Amino acid sequence: MVDTILLMAAIFMLMGLLLSLYRFIKGPDITDRVISFDVMTIISVCLIAVIAHFAGRIIYLDVALVYGLLSFISVVVIGRYIERGL
Amino acid sequence: MEALKITGAILTLIGSVFIFLGGLGLVRMPDLFNRIQTGTKASTLGTILSLAGLALINEGWIWKILIIIVFVIITNPVSSNVIARAAHHRGVKLTSKTVTDMLEEEAPVLNKEEEAGQ
Repeated sequence: MVDTILLMAAIFMLMGLLLSLYRFIKGPDITDRVISFDVMTIISVCLIAVIAHFAGRIIYLDVALVYGLLSFISVVVIGRYIERGL
Repeated sequence: MEALKITGAILTLIGSVFIFLGGLGLVRMPDLFNRIQTGTKASTLGTILSLAGLALINEGWIWKILIIIVFVIITNPVSSNVIARAAHHRGVKLTSKTVTDMLEEEAPVLNKEEEAGQ
């Protein structure tokens, strides 16, 4: 029962990931691509947590935390670069 | 105990629906700034809900999941704010339905300074 509902949740997250991937490919400006990249990494953090439940390993949550940290730093650096150059 | 696990699973499902709506808004909104609103806000709420549901399902995961939730709450608005400021200073066009624009006095001044510097 629990695993079935979590599988449905993972399918919803994958659909959101595909929609933001569409915006990442089509986006008319660089900022659209950066925003869709940010949303894709947030969705990936949730998806890694669900995969950690299915695998039964708590160590995967550390992977999710480091992934979110790196995506935050990269988005802030790209934003500074767009605003005023290096 | 079984009811607690099913409650956590349903909470995760609600969070994943919010994440899906965030992705849908990222495709359908007409403007960059509307896309920033829908994308980051809806996916922040969805992340909080689904991680809390996973903490209800698995005992002993509560502290690491709490660290991730606090991290997402702190960093997600900061990154969306940085991108929105950069896009406005870069001159991304607003949609035609825009009512007010609080930053529009500040942006031309900054452009003039850049021209004077060059």
